[in-house]
Amino acid sequence: MDAAQALADLTEISSQVVNVAILEDGEVLATTFEDAGEASRFAEGVARLVAEADRVGEARGLLALAQLEAATLEGSVFVVRRGSRLIAATTRPDPTVGLVFYDLKHCLGSVEAPAAEQPAADASAEAEPGGKPGGAPRRRRTKADASG
Amino acid sequence: MLVSLAGLAASAVYRRRRERRRERVDLYADDGSMASIAEGTAEADGLLPLARALLSPGSLPSPAPAGAPAAAGD
Repeated sequence: MDAAQALADLTEISSQVVNVAILEDGEVLATTFEDAGEASRFAEGVARLVAEADRVGEARGLLALAQLEAATLEGSVFVVRRGSRLIAATTRPDPTVGLVFYDLKHCLGSVEAPAAEQPAADASAEAEPGGKPGGAPRRRRTKADASG
Repeated sequence: MLVSLAGLAASAVYRRRRERRRERVDLYADDGSMASIAEGTAEADGLLPLARALLSPGSLPSPAPAGAPAAAGD
């Protein structure tokens, strides 16, 4: 699945996400920002936040920062990182943290799926339960997902 | 007795809500370890303004041109 489609799926299922961007090596792969300049500023801001979080994490003994949530009175910022790729999202105040992380991880995982594994276009096909993690093209969220 | 229990419950809910409203940054590592940085610490003072800027994209500074150093003060 390409990044734009993964992002479209994310914003469809997650009502908590306000803005989101998928970045690779600092480059914007997909974003909800319509203005390119705004997307670029957001990406640069995320890079600064992650760099500072890396610094603080190392000082605290965290070896490899995988994800973060910065909660402020205006809302929260979430970042999930896998290798050179990361997804960053903003939410309103007091989000359901586990659910947002789940949605972001699922979105990033679906982008990472190799194109060769993508099934033929069949919009009516539902993802089978028990499929490969991150490889499922589309999956309906259930309440049970929130626990992850 | 019932009034006391209700009071305790209300107090617990109030404290929990206040706790949730506090600004903080939670960092999670690959190995499952986690660090929570509460507001008022030097570390949070570095992280929270960066997060606030992302929440109001209009306030973000313009990206530095290629080859230019990052914004001063970072």
